[in-house]
Amino acid sequence: MPFDEMLTAENLPRAPYQGYFNWHAEQKTSDLIKKSRDAENIFRKTGITFAVYGKEDASERLIPFDIVPRIISGREWRRLAQGIEQRVVALNAFLDDIYHKQEIIKAGRIPRALIEKNAAFLPQMIGMRPPGGVYTHIIGTDIVRTGEDQFYVLEDNARTPSGVSYMLENRETMMQMFPELFHLNKVRPVENYPKLLRQSLGALAPPGCQGKPRVAVLTPGIFNSAFYEHAYLADQMGVELVEGSDLQVINGKVAMRTTRGYEPIDVLYRRVDDDFLDPLSFRPDSTLGVPGIMDVYRTGNITIANAPGTGIADDKAIYSYMPEIVRFYTGSKPMLQNVPTHRCSEPETLAYVLDNLAELVVKEVHGSGGYGMLVGPAASKRERAEFAAKLKSRPGNYIAQPTLSLSTVPILVKKGIAPRHVDLRPFVLVSDKVQIIPGGLTRVALKEGSLVVNSSQGGGTKDTWVLED
Amino acid sequence: MLGRTANGLFWMFRYIERAENTARLIDAGLRMSLTRMHGEDDDWESVLRSAGVFDLYLQRRDEVTSGEAIEFLLRDSSNTSSVVSAIEAARNNGRMVRTALTREAWEAVNECFLDLKGQLNRRVSGADLPALIDTIKQRTAVIRGAFHGTMLRNELFNFSRLGTFVERADNTSRILDVKYYVLLPAVSYVGSSLDNVQWESILRSVSAHRSYTWVYDDDFKPMHIADFLILNGRMPRSLAFCYDKINSNLSYLEREYATRHAAHDTAAATLGMLREREIQQIMDLGLHQFLQDFIAQNNQVAAEIAQAYRFYRD
Repeated sequence: MPFDEMLTAENLPRAPYQGYFNWHAEQKTSDLIKKSRDAENIFRKTGITFAVYGKEDASERLIPFDIVPRIISGREWRRLAQGIEQRVVALNAFLDDIYHKQEIIKAGRIPRALIEKNAAFLPQMIGMRPPGGVYTHIIGTDIVRTGEDQFYVLEDNARTPSGVSYMLENRETMMQMFPELFHLNKVRPVENYPKLLRQSLGALAPPGCQGKPRVAVLTPGIFNSAFYEHAYLADQMGVELVEGSDLQVINGKVAMRTTRGYEPIDVLYRRVDDDFLDPLSFRPDSTLGVPGIMDVYRTGNITIANAPGTGIADDKAIYSYMPEIVRFYTGSKPMLQNVPTHRCSEPETLAYVLDNLAELVVKEVHGSGGYGMLVGPAASKRERAEFAAKLKSRPGNYIAQPTLSLSTVPILVKKGIAPRHVDLRPFVLVSDKVQIIPGGLTRVALKEGSLVVNSSQGGGTKDTWVLED
Repeated sequence: MLGRTANGLFWMFRYIERAENTARLIDAGLRMSLTRMHGEDDDWESVLRSAGVFDLYLQRRDEVTSGEAIEFLLRDSSNTSSVVSAIEAARNNGRMVRTALTREAWEAVNECFLDLKGQLNRRVSGADLPALIDTIKQRTAVIRGAFHGTMLRNELFNFSRLGTFVERADNTSRILDVKYYVLLPAVSYVGSSLDNVQWESILRSVSAHRSYTWVYDDDFKPMHIADFLILNGRMPRSLAFCYDKINSNLSYLEREYATRHAAHDTAAATLGMLREREIQQIMDLGLHQFLQDFIAQNNQVAAEIAQAYRFYRD
């Protein structure tokens, strides 16, 4: 039996769910189902949609929202937050080291080839230190739980984590629909995230910046799957939402084309991948970026968040070294565990993975969004055979992990409630300090028994409460 | 604000105006085909011409029939003036400038899109057409209402209004130009029932058949119709009205930015001309030529606005 976060084996509520449980017991399921439909209408009306690539007819979809909140006690949260902070500090120290002295390689803790042959490693960043020494400003650490005190980090998402707009809209929707629940429970607020984000970005403006730092959000445009979030964040922060075609390098600064002429920008929160950021430095065919922005960056006239080249820190091949990385830079034992990871690039490991495919989760090293992965226990024999062929032809492209028995939280179903597997993505802001927003995005696999929570694979979301206690 | 944002607002409102206009033209076409005994297809040809899509239609279809013309005007995505294309383009522009819109204004555009996309994803039967046209008019009215009720009267508002009136002036002048010959005094069947239908259809395609009677208090007369749609400053779809609005919105921008551009001079000259001209003069000099000149000048104003406020990258 997987660990259920709301109910014990005796069907009694665990402590953080006590208040909610009592309230829920007094509600009629049909009323809740109606509320649930209302919530969906709010999302549809607002246009909170995401695009699913490669599906013409369903190019815009809603992420299903489940109205049963996921609740974390203050004590559990404090432990998690400390572990996340430790990890985030280590990630930034690692990035600084990798692009400078590379002491971790010299110390023999990480193979040189793993860094230097990695596509996410940007030679253009060697010797480059961003303002405040911060490389990854915004992080979304994916966490899964398997028991009362067992938390694992699944992924570090240090380049461009998405989903924070769902955290905010989910809370907004819950407060609109069930105000009474927020009287009954002391839920820590998340709604100041945009304000914190703006402050955090401003705090790391280039040293030469005078007056209030001018911040902009760079989006690939309306056809990007996370466009809604880009617009939402720009709107909430009160800054411009720009596309590459709005920007130009003028007099050594990045400037945006306004109705009054070009105006310089100090901090760019970019939601465009490294490859597309600057056609002069990276992919020459990119029209999403800004020609010459890397030169401006190197002369210290703009802050780019997250810094180019941060992808090397959340690469799935690096992931297995994270406990080592945390120890190396913080000098202490990792507070949060890594999921044991098999590197298929090693021949004996590959043989083991092929033999145990039915029990393992295999992921592409550079993949994301649940694309290109195999969940062994859920896959058919044929799917496993097909995947085995791919593994054999490019073993270095894959890692494998045991199938964790993810914790469950109930969702609303026709007959009442039923447990479904969840994960958690808290959001972290790094400037001169590390701030972890008490809450995050809980993703939930809506299909009974399914372990895949990705929205592109039919997952939904929940409001996530951290209680004051 | 970004030049691209100004551009997005300008075009979002042009497309909303266009969707509504196309719906109104279909309405007028339907009305004509109900009141005519024969020659119905000529009417649909003139509707297609008024919408500025007749040449495109001939590339896509072999012959003009009411069914195909309606289909082309409502649902054909290769026709950028079809209701479905215009609403989608308006919504895409709205999405792009989402940060510049109030929640109410954005939701009105989004819901208009979701509703019409749903209704227009299959062929619309004749019986359902009137209700659909009403829905289009209502949905666009809700957008206008949400926009007027909630948007700050700042530069964002001005660029949106400029889009609305540039498009509307273009629409009205094209409708008149396609039908200008039925307004000429030399036409042989003056006063016949045929003319009455034609004249009424002109007014109907700008939703002015009722207000005409309030203003002129007599039967449809070509001279009055032309006067109403070109020079009457109280008629919200007339060229004079549109240019009054274009000028006042440009004046706000001139004050706000403390800069005057070529667009200001062209728009002011256009308005000055519309105020001084008498309808008799226009008819004497040639209605068709007048409208052709006006359409060109209106396009010039739009291009000068885009240039002045950096809608596009140089």
